[in-house]
Amino acid sequence: MSGNQIVFIVLAAIACIGAAGVVVFGDNPVRSALFLVLNFFVLGFLYFTLGAQLLGISQILVYAGAIMVLFLFVIMMLQQQSAFLRSTESDGRGPIAWLLGATMFMTVGAAVLAPLGGVTGSPILDTFGTPQSIGKVLFTGYAWPFLISSVLLLVGIVGSILLAKRKF
Amino acid sequence: MNVQAIVEGWAAGGAGPLGIPGPLVLAVTKVMLVVGAVLTLVPGLIWWERRLLSWMQDRIGPNRTGTITFGTKIAFRFFEIPLPKFLHNRKIRTFGLLQPIADGVKLFFKEDITPATIDRKVYFIAPALALFPAFALGGTLPWGASHVPFSEIAGGLYHILTPIADVEIGILYVLAISSLGAYGVILAGWASNNKYSLMGGLRASAQVISYELGMGVSLACVALAVGSLKMTEMVRAQEQPLWGGLPAVQNWFLFTPFGFVAAVIFLICIIAETNRAPFDLPEAENELIAGYHTEYSSMKFAVFFMGEYAAMFVLSGVFATVFLGGPNLMPVNWAYLADAYPAARGAFEGMAWVNYWLGPLAFLAKCAAGITFFIWLRATLPRLRYDQLMTLGWKVLLPAAVANFIVVGLWIVATEVYGPLGGWAAMLGAFAVLGVLYMNFAAATKASVLATGRRGVTMVDPSPRRSVKMVDPNKA
Amino acid sequence: MSYQPIPTIDWWAIAPVSIVMVTGIVALLIEMFRPNRNNNTIVAVSLVGLFLAGLSVVPQFSMPFGSSFGGMVVRDYLGLVLQLLLITVCFVAFLFSEPYLREKRIAFAEFYQLALWASAGGMIMVTTENLLMFFLGLEVLGIALYCLTGMCRQELRSEESAMKYFLLGAFGTAFVLMGIAYLYGPTGSLRIDAVSIAVASDQPHFVLMALFGFGLLLVGLCFKSALVPFHQWTPDVYQGAPTNVTAFMASTSKIAAIGALIRVLAAGAPLVSYWFPIMFWVAILSMVVGNFAALVQKDVKRTLGYSSVANGGYMLVAVLAHVQAPEKVSLASTLFFITGYGVMTMGAFAVVSLAARDGKEGTRFQDLHGLWHRAPFAAGCLILFVASLIGVPPTVGFFGKMFIFNDALAAGLLPLALVLAVTSVVSAYYYLGIIQAVFVQEEGAVKNESGRPQAGLNLAVLLCALAIFGISLGAENVLKFMAPAEDGRQPVAERTVAQR
Repeated sequence: MSGNQIVFIVLAAIACIGAAGVVVFGDNPVRSALFLVLNFFVLGFLYFTLGAQLLGISQILVYAGAIMVLFLFVIMMLQQQSAFLRSTESDGRGPIAWLLGATMFMTVGAAVLAPLGGVTGSPILDTFGTPQSIGKVLFTGYAWPFLISSVLLLVGIVGSILLAKRKF
Repeated sequence: MNVQAIVEGWAAGGAGPLGIPGPLVLAVTKVMLVVGAVLTLVPGLIWWERRLLSWMQDRIGPNRTGTITFGTKIAFRFFEIPLPKFLHNRKIRTFGLLQPIADGVKLFFKEDITPATIDRKVYFIAPALALFPAFALGGTLPWGASHVPFSEIAGGLYHILTPIADVEIGILYVLAISSLGAYGVILAGWASNNKYSLMGGLRASAQVISYELGMGVSLACVALAVGSLKMTEMVRAQEQPLWGGLPAVQNWFLFTPFGFVAAVIFLICIIAETNRAPFDLPEAENELIAGYHTEYSSMKFAVFFMGEYAAMFVLSGVFATVFLGGPNLMPVNWAYLADAYPAARGAFEGMAWVNYWLGPLAFLAKCAAGITFFIWLRATLPRLRYDQLMTLGWKVLLPAAVANFIVVGLWIVATEVYGPLGGWAAMLGAFAVLGVLYMNFAAATKASVLATGRRGVTMVDPSPRRSVKMVDPNKA
Repeated sequence: MSYQPIPTIDWWAIAPVSIVMVTGIVALLIEMFRPNRNNNTIVAVSLVGLFLAGLSVVPQFSMPFGSSFGGMVVRDYLGLVLQLLLITVCFVAFLFSEPYLREKRIAFAEFYQLALWASAGGMIMVTTENLLMFFLGLEVLGIALYCLTGMCRQELRSEESAMKYFLLGAFGTAFVLMGIAYLYGPTGSLRIDAVSIAVASDQPHFVLMALFGFGLLLVGLCFKSALVPFHQWTPDVYQGAPTNVTAFMASTSKIAAIGALIRVLAAGAPLVSYWFPIMFWVAILSMVVGNFAALVQKDVKRTLGYSSVANGGYMLVAVLAHVQAPEKVSLASTLFFITGYGVMTMGAFAVVSLAARDGKEGTRFQDLHGLWHRAPFAAGCLILFVASLIGVPPTVGFFGKMFIFNDALAAGLLPLALVLAVTSVVSAYYYLGIIQAVFVQEEGAVKNESGRPQAGLNLAVLLCALAIFGISLGAENVLKFMAPAEDGRQPVAERTVAQR
């Protein structure tokens, strides 16, 4: 087993635990959010191992650092009002959901993971994932989508202002 | 043994002490140099804050701890040790420098109270999360010059030892890690299961989010001017001739128009990021008791305390690197002067080497200056109200930073197309236009704020079904 | 510093989207500088902007077709016609929105900005062959619509529908995104023909991944175009949203989603044997469930919501016919039907919006009673819209369904054609119910004279009515205009395959 694989397996395991923690362990929304932070944080490191520096640090900066802080803010505000977000009663849907999920996971996993079996590292250029190369792509070939995404953010801002307006 | 030779040997992959691989030793050394410096200097920092604050408030402050007054002998129960003559009746003053150690010992021996109804795991993780970013922040800071004088390529001792990682994304790393610093505060506030603490946590999250934007955009201005996100590149860019035309002086970004605006914004934002006065709303003593760390006692409180001071220290270092020329002693290009005035060549060359070897000290001095500024602000300004905080962040700093960003962009394009003069004309013109626009916007905003008042925007649902039910205590 | 060579930019290709977006930004600035005023200026500016955008589409019909921006913007008949249609829909919606919003006391200027951007998002979706652009357009459209749906905050139903729309819409978007990821994985291409590349690679794993990704993409698109079994959100959202938003949403999101579906299905030709049976049943189910569920509704907007599901099914029949036999069946009838659908839906909802009075809105059938007295002209036009929705001969609805029927027969899809005919007959029942509520029943004891139609609404309704007749009278010419197969311009399905 190469060093790359060990690093990957460790990071991936933490990321998986984080992802599972979001939905599986307990029903405390703040803890779920914290697991999500963990997941995002480790995902950033996975990007680093792939050579995508800018993507990784953006992942940490934007998701782990900014978006999840907002998530926590909202959860902490709302939890003052509703303590019970999840009903505790159990019905037959749980096992079926597990079954379907596992089937789905195995089907997709068999198709997707099999061809990746022998991969141990990523054959990439030195400039891959640097701010310079991403900037070049972003402002040449992808300039139009880049502009559109700025409008997307504007839509989000204006929309949230609309929803936060007074009631009559 | 030559230190440089040893370090170079480690960097080249040779074996270090005890047969540990050299690169590993080197990596640990680099980390220890930063973390060790932060750890050892934080107590001094606390002392400095207390003394300086006292002076500013016309008090004396902690000046006695560690003062030893000798008599003629040290008397124990059954025997005496006579003291040497020169110590008789002498006082050794430490100016209270040992006070932080005494404080630390006191905190260590205080009762460690853990409230009963807390979220235990999160409660204990929170202080660690508050401390971690403060130490990790130093990862990309160069505290020494990346190249020896009279050479354009990296060389010398410091470029091996610092920064810990000279990555392409240096400045983004600083932003990312400092944004993680909010978690400690937020989680502490939440896990304490205390209303005041929760309010502190909520305030901290809102504050960090708001000020991160201005901070990011103001750093983006500098990154745009440098053309790189690397910290070492930023220092190198500041060693260029001032304003592109005065080769004797270094182009510290504080001296450039756009850099000055960015520096002011960045400075305000780092004060807010570290929750220092006048932005200390999360721990506002007189409203929230102590905010997020109300329920933390003993060493857990000390960890929060240390995290705050370490973050102050390291963020001052970021400011020094990005705006104050990093490890350069003075904004003077000694190498240029040596060439320009051959008569005094020796003196200038000497200064260049002094500048190189005293780099770390100069860097520390700049950090100290930054910290002093923090303390000065704390002594001067009253705490902001919450709405003032938000207004400052969103309506002043962010627009100003974005306007500055536009100016830098225009300046770069105009310089590329029309030469330096065109660049300057574009920059000044853009500043003028944006200033006029801002005045108009401000007027319009003022009008709209009044109008909003009339409209009566309520962000909280005032409907009766969610109001508190009053219960008559006599009947209940 | 080194500079990349600046590529030649096809400004015309992005002109319509840019104009609509910039109009939205201008409207935002107007609101900023003139807060607390009425929205007339904003409406005027928006209408002018939309008109200009429409003008910028027209000359492109005679320009050389093809893609620019590396395939991110594509100019072809499908895209141009749908862009024009989206602009028109937005224009009509703005004509009748202001009085309605004032009547409901929610005259926020943000409606105009968000609706403009939503239109732009839809226009992006229908003029791209790049999955990334497609996703961005989808999100711009979607997020704007989620917010608009919840715009009426004094009504719990509006908030509820916004929540439902947002959650299910985000769910659908997640499918689209996962699909794109699985298509990108094996091919490294964000182009819509990634499927062809994967199939051409002859690697079974790649084909499997592409198949999985394509399936996810289709699921997401079915969510967005409200096809059975992914339609559950439709009636609730249509009912809860303010009626002008419902009108706008029903037309815009359906047009954009079907436009994108056409391209995606055409690009999925190499895998046709896998997905065709599924989409075949989706079409049948949409028509059957949509029409039969509409029969038992007591709420006009819910009825129209299910009718929209059924209409989605009709459109899917046309698309499937085109994909099945691209050489025999052009996209003309699909475009014709979508155009007709957009016009009649806008008209019908515009009239229904008259039910709002004094900040309240009843949308049950009995709330429409006596509308005939209050707004004779609008109510009269409603007959026309309903006739067209049913498919009564001289209207555009009739021609649209007839063309689709013929296409389905030509492509050998007899079952689809039969289901279409039968369910159309069934649909007459609930459509006539709307007419009956408006004309036959008298209003109850509570008479309220406010809520009279305004000039803008009458104009909007008149435009829709004229369009219904105009399009159907000139059906031959319109069809010819929309038939892209001649003079070397390939239909979408063939072109995408050929590009491989």
